Amino acid sequence: MNLVVDGHDVYAYTGAKEFQATRDPLLFVHGGGLDHTVWLLQSRYFAHHGRGVMAVDLPAHGKSGGVALTSIAEMADWVVRLMDAAGVETAALIGHSMGALVVHEAAARHPGRIRCIATLGISVPMPVTDALLSAAKANEHDAFDMVNVWGHGPRAQMGGNQVPGMWMIGSGVRLLERSAPRVLYADLNACNEYRDGLASSALITCPVHVILGRDDRMSPVKAVQPLLDSLADGRVTVIEDCGHMLMAEKPGEVLDLLIAALNVPMHFC
Amino acid sequence: MASPDYPRFDTLSLHAGQQPDTATGARATPIYQTTSFVFPDTDTAAALFNAERAGHVYSRISNPTNAVLEERISALEGGVGAICTASGQAAMHLAIATIVDAGSHIVSSRSLYGGSHNLLAYTMPRFGIETTFVDPRDRDAFEDAIRPETRLVFGEILGNPGLDVLDVEAISRVAHDAGLPLLIDSTFTTPYLCRPFNHGADLVFHSATKFLGGHGIAIGGLLVDSGRFDWEASGKFPTLTEPYPGFHNLDFVEEYGPAAFIMRARKEGARDFGACMSPTTAFHILQGVETLPLRMQRHVENTRKVVAFLDAHDAVDWVGYPELASHPDHELAKTLLPRGCGAVFSFGLKGGRPAGRRFIETLRIFSHLANVGDAKSLVIHPASTTHHRMDAKALEAAGITEGTVRLSIGLEDPVDLIDDLSQAIKASQRIRASEPAS
Repeated sequence: MNLVVDGHDVYAYTGAKEFQATRDPLLFVHGGGLDHTVWLLQSRYFAHHGRGVMAVDLPAHGKSGGVALTSIAEMADWVVRLMDAAGVETAALIGHSMGALVVHEAAARHPGRIRCIATLGISVPMPVTDALLSAAKANEHDAFDMVNVWGHGPRAQMGGNQVPGMWMIGSGVRLLERSAPRVLYADLNACNEYRDGLASSALITCPVHVILGRDDRMSPVKAVQPLLDSLADGRVTVIEDCGHMLMAEKPGEVLDLLIAALNVPMHFC
Repeated sequence: MASPDYPRFDTLSLHAGQQPDTATGARATPIYQTTSFVFPDTDTAAALFNAERAGHVYSRISNPTNAVLEERISALEGGVGAICTASGQAAMHLAIATIVDAGSHIVSSRSLYGGSHNLLAYTMPRFGIETTFVDPRDRDAFEDAIRPETRLVFGEILGNPGLDVLDVEAISRVAHDAGLPLLIDSTFTTPYLCRPFNHGADLVFHSATKFLGGHGIAIGGLLVDSGRFDWEASGKFPTLTEPYPGFHNLDFVEEYGPAAFIMRARKEGARDFGACMSPTTAFHILQGVETLPLRMQRHVENTRKVVAFLDAHDAVDWVGYPELASHPDHELAKTLLPRGCGAVFSFGLKGGRPAGRRFIETLRIFSHLANVGDAKSLVIHPASTTHHRMDAKALEAAGITEGTVRLSIGLEDPVDLIDDLSQAIKASQRIRASEPAS
């Protein structure tokens, strides 16, 4: 589906079904340097099970135009303007990594528009190493490799993809290579600069489902407690043998958790 | 800070794609010799059929044993994914059928395995796909042969049997400038000697029957997708960029991004053409891949010794091996194939066909058969076997003469191989000496 937000073309994958804003919409937000394809299985499932689905490409990502937004707050507000453009009054938001910060902040800034959120691979704050930031700023391939190697858990480094025949490490780096110059840097810097996330938690009134990988080195499980403590209605599920790239490493488990979290009557989620 | 490292080639050869079996703890990859897989419930069944969940449905489409091999070769090649096929020929056909339609055109190197030449020259035209064959050493010939309806550029890293070395980087630039992908047959080199994706190739296939399996016990093929080619930007590949009615109007680029090609190959090609690999075959080939680095090193070491012996022999007219300074692609080979130029090469024996016949029939360790890449050393006479369907002009263009003998050097002790060659050459030259002068 193609929309226009802030005068720029925006692409959102709708799960190969016509998007209908009246069908308990779900809005999926990808992580830094990535695009809608990371949500393929999950978004397709919900679209074929009665939900209106948008897996969006953020500005300057994937098939969307515009320039990369530079702060999590800007992205959060942009997501709500996207909902306006799609005629969506309220939605459940699902985000991964940077996208998790975006939906977290959106739920804080626009509580009336967000019914519930699922945040995968989140830590608040989400500091990024200087080495990764500087490599991304210089558009060095090392930045993709760092994200790819640190992003996948030890088990995934050797494969065993649930999607037959697909090499996760190769797919991961190839997707990052498709990002436009400096987009990864803009995203990583936005994550690094997002310092007030725990304060935002106090403004979140909707249910929050946190999903983490046990072996996540970028958003470690041990760092989640302050986030949970700051939320009025937060719960966490940890997926074993899984790193930061949860939808690639454990697509079936992620889908099952999202079904449990999101397939509840609209007035709850 | 240095960039973190990915697991290295030798480690991936043993581990990529496989975790110890969760049900039994088996360390080796189990052979899932089953046609189909039980669905836990109807919703999961529907979701598997509709690509909403990952998993296996039917072994023509995918199988857990095959998936390990597919991931492993994809990892070794540096691709996004791969698909096992019934043979190398099936892999080549699958690559073509996934993106080339009737009315389209292919530009190919003319130095090809005879089976590949047959497919392109004689069989594909029946389906409306024409091929122009060009000199693999002539970059401009590739460029000049490209037409508006061209959809694929194709070549072998080491041309069969003359070992013309394809300048992959140069030819990939020609292809990409025209919005076309470059498909490489990498059978002779394997990813241990050359990873074509690092040089600009977009798609690679293997006859896994050869060095990947390595033991002459199983026929199979693999098709690998680099994930780098931008199908949408090219605008020439509607099978990947437009809704596919055969799969609920699925748009492969939209849904799978970098994996569009290999997903279409599986969801259409494996489903409709059905040239799948048996799980037992995948298991056999996996055993070969585990020792691929060790075997390829030994193959190359032995080959260098045999090449040196033949190159110095008075009864040998020529030896076609790119590591020799006399080979026209010697400099390119040093860049593209620093670990070695493989273990298959040809040479010209003095005395023509009679001497060649006697040579082959006198060999004791080398086996006379139509294969390469076995652990055992092999020999064949291309003009009368693998390339016999080529006419004289095509044979000449491919660098094959009546006296050409092709060897595939195995893992035996190289002293024994040289002794065997020595006695057979001696016998062949006695035939030559006894022939009446014309």
